[in-house]
Amino acid sequence: MSQPSWAWSADLNIPSAYAAGKSVIDQLLAALRRAQWTEHEIFGVHLAVEEALVNAIRHGNGLDENKTVSVHFRLAPDRLRVEISDEGTGFDPKQLPDPTETDNIECPCGRGVLLMRNFMNRVEYNDRGNRVVMEKERDGKRASA
Amino acid sequence: MAQRRRLEVQEKGEVTIVRFVDRKILDESNIQELGQELFQLVEEENRKNLLLDFTNVEFLSSAALGKLITLDKKVKLHGGRLKLSGIRPQIYEVFAITKLNKLFDIKDDEADALAAF
Repeated sequence: MSQPSWAWSADLNIPSAYAAGKSVIDQLLAALRRAQWTEHEIFGVHLAVEEALVNAIRHGNGLDENKTVSVHFRLAPDRLRVEISDEGTGFDPKQLPDPTETDNIECPCGRGVLLMRNFMNRVEYNDRGNRVVMEKERDGKRASA
Repeated sequence: MAQRRRLEVQEKGEVTIVRFVDRKILDESNIQELGQELFQLVEEENRKNLLLDFTNVEFLSSAALGKLITLDKKVKLHGGRLKLSGIRPQIYEVFAITKLNKLFDIKDDEADALAAF
């Protein structure tokens, strides 16, 4: 079995601080630009990874800089795979209220996961809910949320 | 006069035009500051009619959307009106996905929005 050849990859462990998250995203965006992803593709990936990282740093690890967020990027010519995990107790994404429903539309929270599902082709959480794997295919069809 | 770091504010008749200083509204501490400056316009300066001009904005996160939703509630509570303009297509997609394009009154540009007050 041959290993896939990645155009770029990174395995990063960062403290639970927003500045550390920004540095991670800057590395990813630079790699996508080098690989000539379109601005629209980059916008969607940027938003999804931003939301997932903020969730891990704030909700997962509670901004505790002694806790680590692990980030793994795998970039191939036709797709990107992102895995982000935190040390929190996790959550059940199925229990999130639908923020687009009339009763919830004025609630200021709960849109991050919705945006992740719309801008990426695949978004899956582990059973505990403290690790998310997202994939984006270039010119791929959007998976149903 | 209020000190503002995240917003530029201009009076036009009975409408307050608000422009965002940041091209990317995603840094959590900036978003907190942005929210405070927006809420101050309504709660402390008693401005009724707000037009938020997004021409400068290239990127915003769900946390920023949360501040806009809270602002909308505060404006309504004070008997005012809130309109948005100058939203570029990628940002509009974010509003459409979240269906916030139904909650907010979004106009193409500043002139359209001003005429609609």
